[in-house]
Amino acid sequence: MSEIDPITLAVLAGRMEQIADEMDATLFRSAFNPIIAEAHDASHGLYHATSGDTLVQGKSGLPIFVGVMSFAVKAVIDKAAVDGDLADGDIYIFNDAHLGGTHLSDMRLVRPYFHEGQLFCYLASVGHWHDVGGAVPGNYNPAATDAFQEAFVLPPVKLARKGAINSDIVDILMRNTRLPQSAQGDLNGQLGALDLGVRRMDALLAEYGADTVRAALDALSNRAEALMEAELDGLPDGRWEAEDYLDNDGIEDVALPIKVALEIKGNRMVLDFDGTAPRCAGPVNIALPTAVATAYVAIKHVFPALPANAGVMRPIDVRIPEGSLLAAEFPAPVGGYTETIMRMIDVIFSAMAKAAPDRVVANAYGTINALSIAGKRADGKPWVMFSFYGGGHGGSPESDGLNHGNAPISTATIPPMEILEAAYPVMFREWALRPDSAGAGIHRGGLGARYEIEVLEENGAEAFLFGERGRFAPQGVAGGEPGAMNVFHFQQGDHWETPPLASKIRGITLKQGEAVRLETPGGGGYGPSAERDPAAVARDVAQGFLSASEADRLYGAAWQETTR
Amino acid sequence: MSRKTHDTDQAARRMVGVDVGGTFTDVFVLDEAAGKASVAKVPTTRPDQSGGFLAGIGREVDDKSTLSVVVHGTTAGTNALLERKGAKIGVITTQGLRDVLEMRRRDRPRTWGLRGDFEPVVPRALRLEVPERTLADGTIRTPVDLDAVRAAGQMLIDEGCLAVAVLFANAYANPENEARAVEALRALWPNAHVSASSEILPEIREFERFSTTALNAYLQPEVSGYLTRLDDALRDAGFAGEFMIVQSNGGVMPVAEASRLPVRTALSGPAAGVIAAAYIAETAGFPDVITGDMGGTSFDVSLVAEGQQMLSPQTSIDFGMVVRSPMIEITTIGAGGGSIAWVDKGGLLNIGPESAGSTPGPVAYGQGNTRPTVTDANVVLGRIDPDNPIGGKLDRLDVDAAARAIDTHVGAPLGLDTLQAAEAILRVANARMAGAIRLVSIERGFDPKRFAFMPFGGGGALHSGAMMADVGLSRTLVPRYPGVTSALGCVIADMRQDFVQTVNAMLDGMDTGALGSVMQDHVDKGLALLDAAETRFEARETEFALDMAYLGQTHTVSVPLAVTVTDGVVTPPTREQIADAFDATYRESYGRLLQNGVRRVMNLRSAVTGKRPKFDLTTLAPEGGSVEAARKGTRRVHFGDAWHETAIYDRLALPIGATIDGPAILEQPDTTVLIEPELHGTVDRFGNTIITAKEG
Repeated sequence: MSEIDPITLAVLAGRMEQIADEMDATLFRSAFNPIIAEAHDASHGLYHATSGDTLVQGKSGLPIFVGVMSFAVKAVIDKAAVDGDLADGDIYIFNDAHLGGTHLSDMRLVRPYFHEGQLFCYLASVGHWHDVGGAVPGNYNPAATDAFQEAFVLPPVKLARKGAINSDIVDILMRNTRLPQSAQGDLNGQLGALDLGVRRMDALLAEYGADTVRAALDALSNRAEALMEAELDGLPDGRWEAEDYLDNDGIEDVALPIKVALEIKGNRMVLDFDGTAPRCAGPVNIALPTAVATAYVAIKHVFPALPANAGVMRPIDVRIPEGSLLAAEFPAPVGGYTETIMRMIDVIFSAMAKAAPDRVVANAYGTINALSIAGKRADGKPWVMFSFYGGGHGGSPESDGLNHGNAPISTATIPPMEILEAAYPVMFREWALRPDSAGAGIHRGGLGARYEIEVLEENGAEAFLFGERGRFAPQGVAGGEPGAMNVFHFQQGDHWETPPLASKIRGITLKQGEAVRLETPGGGGYGPSAERDPAAVARDVAQGFLSASEADRLYGAAWQETTR
Repeated sequence: MSRKTHDTDQAARRMVGVDVGGTFTDVFVLDEAAGKASVAKVPTTRPDQSGGFLAGIGREVDDKSTLSVVVHGTTAGTNALLERKGAKIGVITTQGLRDVLEMRRRDRPRTWGLRGDFEPVVPRALRLEVPERTLADGTIRTPVDLDAVRAAGQMLIDEGCLAVAVLFANAYANPENEARAVEALRALWPNAHVSASSEILPEIREFERFSTTALNAYLQPEVSGYLTRLDDALRDAGFAGEFMIVQSNGGVMPVAEASRLPVRTALSGPAAGVIAAAYIAETAGFPDVITGDMGGTSFDVSLVAEGQQMLSPQTSIDFGMVVRSPMIEITTIGAGGGSIAWVDKGGLLNIGPESAGSTPGPVAYGQGNTRPTVTDANVVLGRIDPDNPIGGKLDRLDVDAAARAIDTHVGAPLGLDTLQAAEAILRVANARMAGAIRLVSIERGFDPKRFAFMPFGGGGALHSGAMMADVGLSRTLVPRYPGVTSALGCVIADMRQDFVQTVNAMLDGMDTGALGSVMQDHVDKGLALLDAAETRFEARETEFALDMAYLGQTHTVSVPLAVTVTDGVVTPPTREQIADAFDATYRESYGRLLQNGVRRVMNLRSAVTGKRPKFDLTTLAPEGGSVEAARKGTRRVHFGDAWHETAIYDRLALPIGATIDGPAILEQPDTTVLIEPELHGTVDRFGNTIITAKEG
């Protein structure tokens, strides 16, 4: 392996990142479905030719994919080894979450990249398709007890051989989605992104030569490892534990523990999830690749300057117990994976806070609250309003948490209320911050939100919710207090009811003029509430973020002095 | 005071463009009759920029009554937003929606780290709710409670608010509730600063509309006060012409309009620069150009294709501070002359995003910074003359200090000597700048070979060779006065007004007569502004586009419509014409149409432009001169791995047609142009320097 000079390395690092970014941008622009186009639920990158390790990944895709994509590439490498006929121009496609992580909605395309007849690396594209069959449109089935009830399952197969698309595969795919036009648009967009990646890599290798680029990739990966080791070296040695719970699996009302022991020794770290609940019946299981990738997301939030490549994870040993809901085997349902991985991130933060309180923020609101309201219009046409809702971020060493942020695993924005009201027969009576929802602390958590949605359609509607944090609040760190829990109410005539499973419910019937109200969690607080500046407490009371009685309860009466 | 109208001896008078930047105020004076132009650069005065503004004009013009037009590119609005120095304002909004401004679109400042919070420009206690509700189809479900509006207004007045924004749900669909609330408020509000969201931006998407309207109110007291002070000062000095302001869309508007819509000036100065660059490049024979404005902390890139600037529909001035109005698209990266070079724990050389700015500035400025910057690398390599520092504050740059800083922070950790380390800093900085250019060109499907690079601002022309080599741009065009490009742009910008109205209807069955009357309303308002202007226009143009999509899609495409406007009267397009236009645009964007898709019209966008006469750029051209006379001597400059004895020229003294082989440096008071060894430069008939690769 040739050595590479530091200047060329710095230049090549930027060029390759730009290739991955450009693949992201190509798909975002051309995708048909808003989950990719607006929420950027997609990702692209370059992966190692033999290990599948992430070499470079785009910056604008969904954070969770940064770690999970290498598993998808590894699955293809294994399949290709069995088939023994990998060739230039081949493209594999699959959505099997137990091989590639996340859930079945994510369609993965993996393309070997050849240079002068030699396999140089893999290029991959993943995107969340709007619909891939299964029992529920959009594949968010809270009652699924196996993968087949969630979606059509495609193992890694060759979509293209030596540059020729196999139209049989496309036909099978398009027959297994409720939205073939959308799926075709996304597929074309992903193929376009891969084509662009190939063109850009061709140009880069022509300019710098394969040896130099390969040397740069190795050096970048080693450098990431060195950076991670340097960070760990700066942290104290020791072992710290943290535990939190999922409300239930949507089938049986039993809390599910998620537990981590974080151990640092020198420049090595172990994250051991022993003690976590076993595989459950409902869709809050996750596959092993997802669990490992989630550890990466948490680590990258703690050390945001680290690059997005596999070198970062080399000093870290992620131990996922066999048989746990973090390593559920096929065909366990995994559609609600978002909730579980957010709880994993929460416990990693909580444990890390004990090791190095200045490096982490308190827990964010920790649930995506997938709320769908559906019905039929007067003319018989069906409508479905499906969206995720925001909540508070955790307090940090330097400031209060962000009010109404997006989930740590996502960068998606929420659709405007007016777009929703224009598209569906609903009216938001309230779209506001939720007072008294922030976890107390030196720096309090961000506030959650209150959304109250009235059905305007004379035929009424049905509502479904897949959420979490209905029974266990987002935790504070470094002595901070928890935020408020998730609360869901639905109107029936002149009174309000709450769901028996707290955070999950399917098929509530709403009449015209009735409403649902979702109150999302605030973030946990950072540091002891007693040390919060009384003037900051008084300011929160004056702004209506905090009621006077709660201010007294959480912070004592000192704030009242500042207002005199 | 009575003003002269434009038909009186216009030709005998002069036009002035003034661009107020962070450090310097640039003035460009054009005397069309005499065929002369002159420039001045004076320090920007703070906090009141009007001092520098008038001083700058005063440098070149004694008698202000000889001026016909003064056009201003301003950063007053941008700075007030960035530094959060707007006025104390209040908001009156629909019950249940007081927090929209604070909740944003549920985003976060940075993807990784989950840190940072956000405070909107209006605190929650000054965001008051009133009973009222309009539905998405325009139906008024709850009429506005005017007593509640008055009570809220009085409360805000008592709190000391200087402006108020009225932000009602779905006001784009039916402005009636807002209009009634605003009428009631205007009766009691002590000044003119009452903004309604349906007046500022009648477009669907409440956060974007509320944010734009609230930021407008936030800027109004400050910006209108500043502009009024300037206007008064000009009038007092005898100015009797027209005072206009550059908007973010690259067009100018009368000062009264700017006082009403200050949010439209958010990118005023940079937009003027791009306007000038487009004109200079097209005149020089290069309609395709990528501009690069290198300042102290950032590098701003913009693309002009076939003479047309790209417009983007909105921008975020800062996290959560969204302004939605058409703006010239400018991509900014944190790589300027003051950007700091550093080596991370993994041994990788980085440039920025931290910057020494202009204060304390690069190490060589000797004002306290000890960490090396891009400018320090240029100084150490001999590319910047240490004896004639730009900016005029210093006598001599401290080359040794710059070298020491580079050694300590870059050379030692990487095992490089000073010169290698300085070259490394430039290579990495150039690679980042080249990345920004790739982003606006290659990544959007434009072939860089078609494009010329046009550096402006003080530092860009030191890096043009690298931009050509790294990105594959065909040539560099350095305008004759790169340091005053924005001021020049003020003088040539057209007058332009943009309008938007959300339509939200399926094309099948859409009432095109109703669409036509909105178009007519936009045209009437636009032309009325042109009529009221005292400037003469060579032509008046109207443009219309519809934001359209298939039902179910959220991303719209902008569909340009060919609409006939005869003597100010609009002939509305038919549904068939709209359908054809949509299909053509959609096919171009996405390759193919959606079978059986339902076409939906989301918004109408109209622009009314008065084309201002362009001046003859040969006015700026050098007269006489010779290469020999322009030659000032030589200096050692480092390229690659060796010192080259490099010829130094007084750039402004070079004659038309001069050709200079690299290595060479062309110096002028505010700019250094570097011609690297493998390049050569020629002076075109306008005095621009065209840099290309040497033959063979």
